[in-house]
Amino acid sequence: MARAVTPRRKALVTVLAWTIGLALFFPILWTVILSFKTEGDAIASPLTVLTTPFTLESYHVVQDRSNYFLHFWNSVVISLGSTLFALVVAIPAAWAMAFVPGPKTKDLLMWMLSTKMMPAVGVLVPIYLLFRDLGLLDSRIGLVVVLMLMNLPIVVWMLYTYFREIPGEILEAARMDGATLKDELIHVLTPMAVPGIASTLLLNVILAWNEAFWTLQLTTSKAAPLTTFIAGYSSPEGLFYAKLSAASTLAIAPILILGWFSQKQLVRGLTFGAVK
Amino acid sequence: MGEIVLKGVTKRFGDVEVIPPIDLAIHDGEFVVFVGPSGCGKSTLLRLIAGLEDVSGGKIEIDGKDATETAPSDRGLAMVFQSYALYPHMSVKKNIAFPLKMAKLPPAEIEAKVQAAAKVLNLSAYLDRKPGQLSGGQRQRVAIGRAIVRSPEAFLFDEPLSNLDAALRVNMRLEISELHHTLKTTMIYVTHDQVEAMTMADKIVVLQAGRIEQVGSPLELYRTPRNRFVAGFIGSPKMNFIEGAEAAKHGAHAIGIRPEHIRISTTEGMWKGTVGVSEHLGSDTFLHVTTEHGLLNVRAGGEVDLHHGDSVFLSPDMAQLHRFDKEGGALK
Repeated sequence: MARAVTPRRKALVTVLAWTIGLALFFPILWTVILSFKTEGDAIASPLTVLTTPFTLESYHVVQDRSNYFLHFWNSVVISLGSTLFALVVAIPAAWAMAFVPGPKTKDLLMWMLSTKMMPAVGVLVPIYLLFRDLGLLDSRIGLVVVLMLMNLPIVVWMLYTYFREIPGEILEAARMDGATLKDELIHVLTPMAVPGIASTLLLNVILAWNEAFWTLQLTTSKAAPLTTFIAGYSSPEGLFYAKLSAASTLAIAPILILGWFSQKQLVRGLTFGAVK
Repeated sequence: MGEIVLKGVTKRFGDVEVIPPIDLAIHDGEFVVFVGPSGCGKSTLLRLIAGLEDVSGGKIEIDGKDATETAPSDRGLAMVFQSYALYPHMSVKKNIAFPLKMAKLPPAEIEAKVQAAAKVLNLSAYLDRKPGQLSGGQRQRVAIGRAIVRSPEAFLFDEPLSNLDAALRVNMRLEISELHHTLKTTMIYVTHDQVEAMTMADKIVVLQAGRIEQVGSPLELYRTPRNRFVAGFIGSPKMNFIEGAEAAKHGAHAIGIRPEHIRISTTEGMWKGTVGVSEHLGSDTFLHVTTEHGLLNVRAGGEVDLHHGDSVFLSPDMAQLHRFDKEGGALK
């Protein structure tokens, strides 16, 4: 029996949902508002902040002081590069685990996921030393590799869940029709998994875009993405609220816009397999 | 040519032997049906022939050549799956053309073959549709189209009609039989439905627990079942079995009599009974009669006017009586 939903209950739930939604969104909104204030106005009491005039001053300062577009471009290259690299590795891996599972496949998947449970800082020293010796510090290629490795377990898991939804008989039909393994992956599996691959790609781009630990540790200027760019404006002393807010707004705007336009895909990606 | 010979073929999953050594010869152009209850290994056997599963022992020969280790695509066989297994992202035309594209045929030849197959299967009007826009019967036809387009040595059908409704199933059954007459290609057809087996097959292979119980033409199996399992499985409604003193009279552990071989009378006969449920189909009436030997199914004429609770007498046609020993084997 369906639960009866009274108009009052509906109104209550709506108000509650909006309250939680706005509470979650508030810090972002406040950051955006502060970014349009002068440093002096930004530290004033919240009510005063709302009444003071808006200005682009902080954005001018940020643009003068650092090269936003270099960092933006680095973020694009690193997040897209690491995601595409991860997909190239993960598609065959997930195919194997979904369609020709062995007795240890489940354990292997759990082990891959367990690597995400370890704090990243645990492997900081060895990776830093490796990067130093290989001359990869402050290089985009180094970050692409590291972020690909960091997100690979999630990419494999997501693709594995998607692939499991594809009936094995279709792949067997392809085999009977004379398809080689390559044909099977290119002509049958990948086109059928496009929605799943797209969701995985989007989510991974966002994860990689927002990744701050490795990008801060392994880059300084040349290959620094937007996360490093924001960090450059945080300071324990001095008046930096407005500039930090402007830098943050500039850094999160692209991914926020991407996320906004791909909401449907993202939600599908995160809930796929859980609800059908 | 499409001759398939199994020599001592076995299949094990871990320690479980699902197919004990099997020998079977399927001749060119034959329509062979593997039939048996679910879990009897019939689909596994088909998948072994297709090459989708590796054999654990024995040899599979196709047209005299050892194909045991040959890849599925190189065996020259086409398969139609229960779920149709169409490529959902491709149009009907691309689905049918797929095996030809994989065989790297020139586009003009692919086009001609696809059009010809579509014509045979009445699919010409749907070539640009996606499988999702087709009915179950049309999808099944596309799956068959994809199989016939490459002119295989043999067709393998894995319960192709199970997902269709009853009326459509009868139609498709006729279409597949018709196709067999037209193409004259070897067909191996797996089903759990003995009616499909009886109506379509040249040769039926009855399987139970991976073992072949009997191989023969539909009427051979109907007339002279080798054991109680085959006797009970082939024929609809099922054969009646009677054990005990009545069977001992005939020198057997059990006797079997088909519902159509029992005469029913309201005045005289061998076994007295009371009519339970009676199913009036128009052409026939199926009566469930409770007797001292248990519940017996009787097939009577369509116009029989008997109802729940009526007293009747049943007499088996002695010439059609089957006798079985304690192990279930048929006695001559």
